[in-house]
Amino acid sequence: MLGPYPAIIAVRFKMLLQYRAAAWAGFSTQLFWGFIKVMVFAAFFASSSLAQPMTFAQVLVYIWLGQALLALLPWNVDQEIAEQIRGGGVAYELLRPLDLYSYWFARTLAFRAAPTALRMLPMVVFTLLVLPLIGLEEWALPPPESLASGAWFLVSVLGMLALSTAFTMIMHICLMWTISGEGINRMMPGIVPVFSGLIIPLPLFPDWLQPILYWQPFRGMADVPFRIYSGHIPVTEVLPEILNQWLWFGVLVGFGYWLLNRARRILVIQGG
Amino acid sequence: MTALSQRSSDAQIVVEGLEKRFRIARRDRGLWGAVRGLARRDYQDVLALHDVSFQIAAGELVGYIGPNGAGKSTTIKILSGILVPSGGRCEISGLVPWRDRVAHVARIGVVFGQRTQLWWDLPVIESFELLRDMYRVDQHRYQRSVDELIALLDLEPLLDNPVRQLSLGQRMRCDLAASLIHEPEIIFLDEPTIGLDAVSKLAMRKFIKKQNRERGTTVLLTTHDMDDIEALCSRVMLINHGTLLQDGTVEDLRSDQRRVVVDFQGVPTLTPDHQRLLESSQGERLVFALAGGVTEFLGELTAHYQVRDLVVEHPPIEETVAELYRQARSSLR
Repeated sequence: MLGPYPAIIAVRFKMLLQYRAAAWAGFSTQLFWGFIKVMVFAAFFASSSLAQPMTFAQVLVYIWLGQALLALLPWNVDQEIAEQIRGGGVAYELLRPLDLYSYWFARTLAFRAAPTALRMLPMVVFTLLVLPLIGLEEWALPPPESLASGAWFLVSVLGMLALSTAFTMIMHICLMWTISGEGINRMMPGIVPVFSGLIIPLPLFPDWLQPILYWQPFRGMADVPFRIYSGHIPVTEVLPEILNQWLWFGVLVGFGYWLLNRARRILVIQGG
Repeated sequence: MTALSQRSSDAQIVVEGLEKRFRIARRDRGLWGAVRGLARRDYQDVLALHDVSFQIAAGELVGYIGPNGAGKSTTIKILSGILVPSGGRCEISGLVPWRDRVAHVARIGVVFGQRTQLWWDLPVIESFELLRDMYRVDQHRYQRSVDELIALLDLEPLLDNPVRQLSLGQRMRCDLAASLIHEPEIIFLDEPTIGLDAVSKLAMRKFIKKQNRERGTTVLLTTHDMDDIEALCSRVMLINHGTLLQDGTVEDLRSDQRRVVVDFQGVPTLTPDHQRLLESSQGERLVFALAGGVTEFLGELTAHYQVRDLVVEHPPIEETVAELYRQARSSLR
C-alpha cells in the first residue's frame, strides 16, 4: 500500500502512459523542429567571426535537450483539472481527506512527468547515438561534458520538474478565476519558451538583458540544466544554480498556496 | 438556546441558524447588456439558505426533501465541508466541517447522484484501491470492507470495467460502495436513486437500510422520490426557498384526509350527514372524503346500508408533499 500522494502519482502516470501515439507524433515533430533550429544556428555560427558566449556544441546540447524535455515545460494545463474546475468537479476533490494543494501537486507532477518520460528517451537515444551513426555527427547531441556534469544535470532535471510543476499549479489555480483557461493556454506558450531559453539560449541575449534573465524562475526550467550538461556552467559553479532552482520552487509553491486559499474563498461550486 | 445545548449532547449533527448567500453577477439581456456588463457588473444576492436549524442523532436515517432549488444540495455541501456558509453554526461529531475539513471528510461518505466520484478511465477496483490509499485505510480493513461491499452490492462482475463503460445503475452501486470503503460514521446521499430503474432502486434502498441498521451509520438523504422516503426514512425534513418548513415523521406528512370507497348493494339513499361527505359517485360505487372519525363512519355505513365492499385510502404522500410545496410558495408571496 502506498501513501496517498505516491498513489495519486502512480495512477495518473499509468493513465497518461497510455498516450503512446501522441508520444510518437511528438517525437517526430520535435525532431523536425530540432533540425530547423540546428540549421539556423549552424548558419549563424558560420556567418559570424566574433567570439560567441557559447560554442556551437553547447548550443546543440541546448537545442536537443530542449526538444527532448519540451513536454516538461509549463506551457499548458491539465485538461482534466480544467474540466473539473469548469464543471464544478472541484467540489469532489474537497471531499478527500487531503490538502488540496498537495493533492493537485501530485496530479500535476504526473501530468508533467509522464509525457516527458515517454518522449525523452527516444529523443536522447536518437540524437546522441543514431545521428553520429548516419553521418550527422556535427549536428548530434554531444555527450555530457564530464561524468560529474552528467550527474549534476540529472539533479537539476529534478529541480526543473519541481519548478515546472509548481508553475503549472499556479496556472491551474488561475483557472478558478478565468473558468475557460483559454487565455492561460495561449499566453504561456508565448512567455515560457522565451524566458526559459527554449527559443534562443539565454546566454546569447544582449548583455544588458542578462540581469533580468537571471532573476526569473523560468531559467531553472531549461537554461540551467542544459548548461550544466554542456559544461557551460562548470561543475564548480553548479551548487548555487541548483539552490537557485529550489529557492524559486519555494517562492512558486508559497505563491500557489496563497492563491489557492484566496480562490477557495471565492469558490462557488457550479450546479445544484 | 438552553434546550438546544441540552439536546446537542446526544446529537451527532448540529445545525443552527445556517445561512448561505450566493452573489450572482447579473447581465442585462442582449448585446447591449453584454457590452454594459464589461464596464459595470450588477450583482444579485441569492439567499440559498435562511436560518436552517436541525439536529440529527447518531444512527438516524433522515430524508431531506424539497422542490428543485430549495437548498437541499447547498445544505449537503455545507455539511460535507465543501461550501462555507455565510452565517450560522454547524458541528458534526464535534468538528466544524469547513474549518476542520480534512479531519471531517475522513469520517463521512458522500454520494452525489448526478455525478460520479470515481475515476472515469480506471477500472472500478483500481478506483477502490486509490480511495484506500487516499483515506489511508490499512490493507486488512480495506479487504474486509471491500469484500463485504462487493458481495452486498453485487459488484463482482463490474470490478475490471472502466467506470465510463458502466450503466447508470451499475455506476451508482459502485459510487455507493466507494463512499463506504473507509467505513464512515455518516453518509450524505444527494439523490442516490435519480434515474435508476425499479430493480436498482429497490437494491439501493435495501442496502442503505441495511447499512443504517447493522452498522448504525447515520444517513441523510435527499430525494424527489417519495417511495424512497416511505421505504427508508423515519424522519423527514422539508425545505423550500431555503427555509426549513417541516421536521417530523413520515406520518406527519400524511394528511388526516382519508378516502372511503364503498360498493353498495344497489344505489343507496344517503342521510344528509352522509350526503355531505360524498365526493363522487359512479353507479353503486360511492367515494366519501373524511378528515377523521373513520371508524364511526364505517360503523354507520354498515348499520344503515347494504355494503358489498369497502376500501379506505390515504391520499398518496406525493400529493400531500406537492400541496405543502404549493402552500409554501403562496405564503411567501
